[in-house]
Amino acid sequence: MAEQVLMLALSPTMEVGTIVKWHKKEGDTVAQSDVICEVETDKATMEYESVNEGTLLKILVPEGGQAKIGDPIAVVGESGEDISSLVEAAEQKAESAAAAAGAKPPATEPPADVKPSMAEPAKAAEREEKPAVTGAKPPAAPQPADGIPALAGGLKASPLARKMAGEQGINLRTLRGSGPGGRIVKRDIEKALRQVASYGAAAAVGVTGPAIAGTPAVAGPTASGRDEQIPVSGKRKIIAQRLSESMYSAPHYYLRIDVDAGPMMTARSRLNARLPREAGGKVSPNAFLIKFVAESLKNYPSVNASWQGDTILQFGKIDVALAVAQEDGLITPVVRDCGSKGIVQIDRELKILIDKALTNKLAPEEYSGATFTVSSLGPSGILEFTAIINPPGSAILAVGRIHKVPVVEDDGSIGVRSQMMLTLSCDHRVIDGAVGAAFLSDLKAMIEYPIDHLY
Amino acid sequence: MPVIAFRQALKDAMDEEMARDENVILIGEEVAQYNGAYKVSQGLLDKYGPERVIDTPITEEGFTGVGIGAALVGLRPIVEWMTLNFSAQAFDQVLNNAAKMQHMSGGQLRVPVVFRGPNGPAEFLSSQHSQSFQAFYSHIPGIKVVAPSTPYDAKGMLKSAIRDDNPVVFLESELMYAWKGEVPEEEYLVPLGKAEIRRAGEEVTLISFSKPMQMVLEAAQALEKEGYSAEVIDLRSLRPLDEQAVYESVRKSNRCVVIDNDWPVAGFASYLGWLISRNCFDSLDAPVELVTMEDVPTPYNHAMELAMQPSVEKVMNAAKRVMYVTQ
Repeated sequence: MAEQVLMLALSPTMEVGTIVKWHKKEGDTVAQSDVICEVETDKATMEYESVNEGTLLKILVPEGGQAKIGDPIAVVGESGEDISSLVEAAEQKAESAAAAAGAKPPATEPPADVKPSMAEPAKAAEREEKPAVTGAKPPAAPQPADGIPALAGGLKASPLARKMAGEQGINLRTLRGSGPGGRIVKRDIEKALRQVASYGAAAAVGVTGPAIAGTPAVAGPTASGRDEQIPVSGKRKIIAQRLSESMYSAPHYYLRIDVDAGPMMTARSRLNARLPREAGGKVSPNAFLIKFVAESLKNYPSVNASWQGDTILQFGKIDVALAVAQEDGLITPVVRDCGSKGIVQIDRELKILIDKALTNKLAPEEYSGATFTVSSLGPSGILEFTAIINPPGSAILAVGRIHKVPVVEDDGSIGVRSQMMLTLSCDHRVIDGAVGAAFLSDLKAMIEYPIDHLY
Repeated sequence: MPVIAFRQALKDAMDEEMARDENVILIGEEVAQYNGAYKVSQGLLDKYGPERVIDTPITEEGFTGVGIGAALVGLRPIVEWMTLNFSAQAFDQVLNNAAKMQHMSGGQLRVPVVFRGPNGPAEFLSSQHSQSFQAFYSHIPGIKVVAPSTPYDAKGMLKSAIRDDNPVVFLESELMYAWKGEVPEEEYLVPLGKAEIRRAGEEVTLISFSKPMQMVLEAAQALEKEGYSAEVIDLRSLRPLDEQAVYESVRKSNRCVVIDNDWPVAGFASYLGWLISRNCFDSLDAPVELVTMEDVPTPYNHAMELAMQPSVEKVMNAAKRVMYVTQ
């Protein structure tokens, strides 16, 4: 059966695409993954790979023409099929799209055999019989508040794929289905997830490479000196989409506190000196921080929660993620149930997860579903920064560099302290300022006087 | 552990239950003097005598009714149908008497009868003698329907069926009678209503029962060679049905093929496919596939007879379809 070829979202922010060039002409055979045309998006010119198989029966949007996401641009089927109703429906949809976009219809004449439908009474009568298929004006697709178009008829996804996408916050429109007729199936979601770098500690983007070293790798910003369009990887798209969603939907506010990291670092030195060498290396400061965070979350469980629209989900476990920079993005491996684990165990699990993160071997369940996230740019020399919340959690802790500062002690003398700036980003829908402040103060006390918490 | 044939396992089950309970009797065409049309009741006449192992005329409606009546007054009859095809003659007895008496008597009457015999196509028997009855009998509330695939289950489930206070339709297969398997010497029972995972796997769940099980296991092995991991579930019992075992597997694998050597329309596989679609909807990555007989009477021509039934190749293809493997 003939099917419409729809304009896909070839960039996460694209709403309208322009056909730059058709690689196939009417009558050509089209196989799955064949590049049928090039589409200029708001960002770049992308190759459009077919998800349909058959013969290209009709090009609906000529070169230079525009189509909104979800609008038909061509019809693929078996040669000789009657596709008049598909063409007609597409034509009307295109008109409404053009009107909606405020754009002029393409200057190119429509193909000769596509006649204005009103000129043919027989077809008009048929339209009345089947308003759902060829109604004069298709009903507008419901438009959720986040501006992402609701799933229209053109999008096919298995129930499992829809569920996974919902859980992971993936916009199905940004994916290309590998199933029959372009159906998005489990493996497509898994592929997208593999490409995901966690968006949690967005502030860490770009920490690697020349910016830190201080010496640019090349003489100019680009080798040629000209602007370059860099295609966006699937992973980068998902980072971009999910970060934007978090930043624009969760009202962020930031709390900053200075912490004396001395006791923690002393405790760490003592622990590392005592640990047998074969025990798996030195325990990292991150393991201490994650443990302290978990203990503070026990005191303030309302921070260990998620905004769910109608309800607030308070998590039963404390699953803390740590943002890890990768060459092409970043990812947030999760240490599960930190509330019931000791510092050494957290450290061992963390080391395994970081190893996997750096070699791109994390499974989706190892980097998703964190209830709280820690992002540390201390090793990169950053004194303090703010991070974007990593859903489904409602708070993220940005950890700065431990550095020595002069302080006035209680007796008036001047001393030296190892200071660390902590910045907590909170989702105000879930965590009010007073609660966020109390949590952060508790965390500070936990780090500075850990023994107090054993009383 | 001794390895014995399916027919021997059935005989041993009847033998043990007849020795255990004098109310257990066997009745049917050629069950006594001829030792069973398929030699399933070998030696039982000699051991228990003509009062408990009873040859009947070729009158399915009559002797099925006698079995039901005997059950109503306290015996535990095993009614052997020479094949399920002939049980069509006795369908009214099963549908309106066996399945309804407990209900219509407000629970005062029980019908502890077992109807057993070979079901489904054998070979070269043409359309009238090659039919599958699982859908007909599973359709009826008030009876249990079971269909083991191994000698071990055949023995353990037949013993459970004989002891069950409900009418039980016990489905066998002519071609399975010679199948061999390990059966322990000590007594055991296999409960009715529990499925068995025959093979653990990850990527697709293959569900079947009775004779097709061997073919399905073969398909799973062939899939493994090609790098796909299939879980194989033997339902063993259609009524009651172990839904949880099915759902747990499908929720894990996200894909499912039901194999039923019966017609597709209004068949047991169709019903199971709907149950899975409804209860595992959000876990499914592809529509549930069915591999059944073609929707035609079984041809006599052997090539066509085989072609209209499920095969290893058809099962593999269906599994690949739900896994979206390009073929």
